[in-house]
Amino acid sequence: MTAVAAEGVWKFYGDYPALRNIALEAPEGACLALIGRNGAGKTTLLRALAGFSRPGKGKIRIFGHDPRELEARKRMGYIGHGISVYDELSALENLMLYGKLYGLENPRQTALEWLERTGLARVAGGLVREFSRGMRQRLAVARAFLHGPSVLLLDEPFTALDDRAIAVLQTLLREALAEGKTIVMSTHQLREALELASHVALLNRGQVAFHGPCTPEMVSDPGYVYARYGEGG
Amino acid sequence: MREKIVYAVGLIAVAIIAFDLYRMTQIGEEANQGAIFKIIFFHVPVAITAMICAAAALIASVLFLITKNFTFDALAVSVTEVGLAFLAANLVTGSIWGRVIWGVWWAWDARLTSALVCWLLYAGYLMLRHAIEEPTQRATFAAVFSIFAFIDVPIVIFSIKWWRTQHPQPVFWGGGSFPKEWLPIFLWNMLAMVMLGIVLTVVRLRQENAQRELDSLRRMAHAL
Amino acid sequence: MSFFRLVGVVAVKDLRAELRTKEAINASFGFALVILILFSFAFERSIEGVQEISGGLLWIVFAFAGTLILNRSFARELPNDCLDALISAPIPGAALFLGKAIANFVLVLAVELVSLPVFGIFYSVDWTKQIWELLLVLLLGTWGLTVIGTIFSALTVNIRLREVMLPMLTYPIMVPALLGAMQLSSALVAGKPIGPDNVSWLKMLAGFDLIYTAASMVLVETVLVG
Repeated sequence: MTAVAAEGVWKFYGDYPALRNIALEAPEGACLALIGRNGAGKTTLLRALAGFSRPGKGKIRIFGHDPRELEARKRMGYIGHGISVYDELSALENLMLYGKLYGLENPRQTALEWLERTGLARVAGGLVREFSRGMRQRLAVARAFLHGPSVLLLDEPFTALDDRAIAVLQTLLREALAEGKTIVMSTHQLREALELASHVALLNRGQVAFHGPCTPEMVSDPGYVYARYGEGG
Repeated sequence: MREKIVYAVGLIAVAIIAFDLYRMTQIGEEANQGAIFKIIFFHVPVAITAMICAAAALIASVLFLITKNFTFDALAVSVTEVGLAFLAANLVTGSIWGRVIWGVWWAWDARLTSALVCWLLYAGYLMLRHAIEEPTQRATFAAVFSIFAFIDVPIVIFSIKWWRTQHPQPVFWGGGSFPKEWLPIFLWNMLAMVMLGIVLTVVRLRQENAQRELDSLRRMAHAL
Repeated sequence: MSFFRLVGVVAVKDLRAELRTKEAINASFGFALVILILFSFAFERSIEGVQEISGGLLWIVFAFAGTLILNRSFARELPNDCLDALISAPIPGAALFLGKAIANFVLVLAVELVSLPVFGIFYSVDWTKQIWELLLVLLLGTWGLTVIGTIFSALTVNIRLREVMLPMLTYPIMVPALLGAMQLSSALVAGKPIGPDNVSWLKMLAGFDLIYTAASMVLVETVLVG
């Protein structure tokens, strides 16, 4: 089944097309790396896939559902540029909040498990505003994975992570892929992303310049895709 | 060709108003209030036109939210601006009349107060638009606000009227009678005001569309 | 999770976050106090004089001080991009709105209930003569203020001059509700019961609350997602 699909998607800011006739898909279990220059539309596309904004034209489907449907939202996890956790609440309170919002059976237990997995068990009761940057990032990852999403949409997840957080995230992503989950990830860190990726899509000025499987050449020379299909790195 | 039609309609409207002004000088004066009562020939039609504008703004806003077609957004802002202008004319003519009859520039008369609050409401609409840069967001939020504002209009009118009946004050418009022979002039003026409103809206609409095109060209140029 | 449970989760979250920092509620208390003091400089008062304007004064205090809390409502979701997480969570927009509105309602009501005795002390007015009716007016009027303030908080969360735009948009819409609340409050503080000439205000307040709660719940998704 196709986990994530965009058909004929256009996104307008006023009359200006930020996304033009985007057609791409990620089959279930795939890891799609979304690459492109700044301003190419990666964030816009990811946010449209996640349901934060509606496309002007075209359709987006998450497991066949519109991303705004509750069914789709339950199965999606999104990591954007912000950590999406509340400074005034503790790590445990934050995770339990999201656990309840996602209708988990035992929010407290699941929250504690994920704090364990991201190495935050010792600071479960600590307020997020007192956390170091690395701790906050790991909590953000825990939040996104907490409800066991089948589709993970990540916007430049490795950017601004410290080494420990990168390690945690890479482990979690590998495990997720092994469990058959689907990942769409935009990135500048070509090397980390292309190691995980099964598919690659290159965005250039709001259009899909390339969309296909990830080949060994791409992994050994990440600039290859840009050189071949883009407009110089 | 379309431009010529618009200008023609505008000229006809002005001609009607001019002719009505002439006729107003010919008819006799009103018994209780004298010459100033004739300001009603403008005071009421502009108010009715403003109300028509508010209704049109509501319809345009709802249609935008449903279709996402920016023409409706342009229509909504144009018709709201024109309505604000007409409402301002209503406030000014009301104030002038109050000055002549009661010696005060303003009293918290039910209708004038309602008009003032409605004016503030739709001025807020324009302020909201000015505060949002991104066109889609601006159109969406403005449309939502326009719906809220329109819902409020009848509630405002009713509640302020009720307030004034509880605490009676000199009613600005009371004490005059409207002779039946004057009705034709009034109706012609009404027609002229609506025509004028349409012309102004079309002109503003055209300007808004041009502005939008400019904005998107500018964005495209920046992206290159 | 059922709709109302989700509403509760959101409301509790907002209240917990606010009560931990107490930023907005302290500012609101302080502002209410300042307005009450400033108004006392504005006019010489006899008891009858104050009773006549008591409703007006109280609701000006409530509306202005309340705006400080209402502004925070969606603004508190901006740091760390928490709004994104709320929007992508599987809760209906109406539940998110209602949860926030209820949390705001509790906070604004708290400020009002503290301001009332202060008002009574500063202006030597006994406002307890018809306290239950007064509380009813407080509840209805505050809910109207809260609903409008919360939905407009969502509307203005991302725009320039947010702190200025929210009051500019909210107060004109609130005119009928504030008018009704002021009329009723003045009468009740003066000791007059809610009679046939006043009960229409009560009905209007209730109608205002119902209409705008419904409109907000319908339109909130459009505001959040577009």
